[in-house]
Amino acid sequence: MSELTDFDEMYQEIVLDHYRNPRNKSKLSRDFLETKSYNPFCGDEIELQLSINDGKLEDISVTGRGCAISQSSGSLMSEVVINKSINEIKEISLIIRSLLKNEEVQEKDLDRLGDAFALEGVKKFPVRIKCALLSWAALKDLIDQY
Amino acid sequence: MNVSNIRKDFPILDSRINNYPLVYLDNAATSQKPRAVIDSLVDYYENYNSNVHRGVHTLSVKATEEYENSRIKVKNLINAKSSTEIIYTRNATESLNIISYSWGKKNVHSGDDIFITPFEHHSNIVPWQELCRDKKANLRYVPLNGSGDIDMDKFRSQLSQRTKLVSITHMSNVLGTLLPVKEMIKSVRATPAVTVIDACQSVPHMPVDVQDLDCDFMCFSGHKMLGPTGIGVMYGRSDILNEMPPFLFGGDMISEVTYESAQWNDLPYKFEAGTPNIADAIALGVACDYLQDIGLQKIWDHEIQLGEYAVKKFKSLKNFKILGDRSKEKRGGVFSFHHEKIHPHDIGSALDKFGIAIRTGHHCAMPLVQSYGIVAASRASVYLYNSNEEIDKLIDRLSEIEEYFSGE
Repeated sequence: MSELTDFDEMYQEIVLDHYRNPRNKSKLSRDFLETKSYNPFCGDEIELQLSINDGKLEDISVTGRGCAISQSSGSLMSEVVINKSINEIKEISLIIRSLLKNEEVQEKDLDRLGDAFALEGVKKFPVRIKCALLSWAALKDLIDQY
Repeated sequence: MNVSNIRKDFPILDSRINNYPLVYLDNAATSQKPRAVIDSLVDYYENYNSNVHRGVHTLSVKATEEYENSRIKVKNLINAKSSTEIIYTRNATESLNIISYSWGKKNVHSGDDIFITPFEHHSNIVPWQELCRDKKANLRYVPLNGSGDIDMDKFRSQLSQRTKLVSITHMSNVLGTLLPVKEMIKSVRATPAVTVIDACQSVPHMPVDVQDLDCDFMCFSGHKMLGPTGIGVMYGRSDILNEMPPFLFGGDMISEVTYESAQWNDLPYKFEAGTPNIADAIALGVACDYLQDIGLQKIWDHEIQLGEYAVKKFKSLKNFKILGDRSKEKRGGVFSFHHEKIHPHDIGSALDKFGIAIRTGHHCAMPLVQSYGIVAASRASVYLYNSNEEIDKLIDRLSEIEEYFSGE
């Protein structure tokens, strides 16, 4: 697979790992907020459930179908935001948006992204940025409702 | 047909994409252009740029002559009775909209039926949905049998005196399936309905004869048949076009204007208001010449061979499935495929890394793609300049991509 090495910028090993083995995909059973978002142009789908208590995200479920970028991004997101306060999650969402839109992001902010920083490679593939942001958009919708 | 000689006529085919030679397999979206077509655009702007149908000066006469000559070439390509039946538009979408707005608005009434098939491109769905909503008419789908083909008996039984328009694609842009348009049109003749053929995927690739098909309208786009973007065709039978109101109003489409009213011009000008797309229309005529010089039957035979070769090769990729049953009859050089685990976007991005251009997504035919239980598919579509070696490259790379994503 040597010839696809260039490709590894977008599909870093950790991204592929989250695509093959998505985390936090069990549906929630207790009180939760729920949304489904689509990318009608390519058919990516993300179903998101959040259980928020006292301003903190206690549990999350991310399921869906679509391309490796959209699905791994959802899984990576779930690991970064779980057990964080709503305010922190809002900040992290803004950081990831700035990162993918190739805006300047401070080093200390990048650290807050954890493994989701691996999505950085997508910014070189402009047509795929909306795939990477699909789950983050769903998250923003739900948090804004809260 | 000598593919390597043909390739020399297309400058873009020498390009390298991501350090690989371009393998262009997205011809159903748009075709590449031969040097002659590109040169004709420059020739017009450099040597005889002028408005048509107006001036008495030399350049205007030359531009008018070339513009009208191109109409004759299009007329010959589809064997229309008269070049006045060839109306220039921007593309097939605009052509279909003119039929909907002009013919439809006048002739479709509450409770009438319009039929289309489940194989249509969005451009042959949405204008009819809008017309039906506006007129409280019924948009109905031609029924299919258990094997996914047009159920002719059932279709005939659903036709009635309320059937006002039947619009069908000649060849599916997703599956490459040819529809039995001639037989369908024959059945529709027992009703008051007009028939419309979306020929975007047929006219560029095979011999098409509007008189033999006996259709009332035919729509296609120049850019899919070696011509430039921004020029398309609406063919209509002259008796029907004569009865239709104009769609756009302004210059060129009138014969006499007073301060109070105007007289409509004759065909085809009644439907070509304003300064037309002169350069692109002339270049479309050059594209017609190019296709006719090679011969559309030869092009068609070449594409059928490529399609059959691809289907045979695909059998070595056991997790990729081609949509639709290709064993029954000959299909055009368009085929869509699906992998249970790898999304078309990942496939498309990876193929692009190897210089291979395919289309991924819903192919502007969401209902059809979704009927296969999937949201998106990958599509490869060939043209006269594609070769078996390019199909081999596609297959080899798909096999590598499968390994990459499955982590094996």
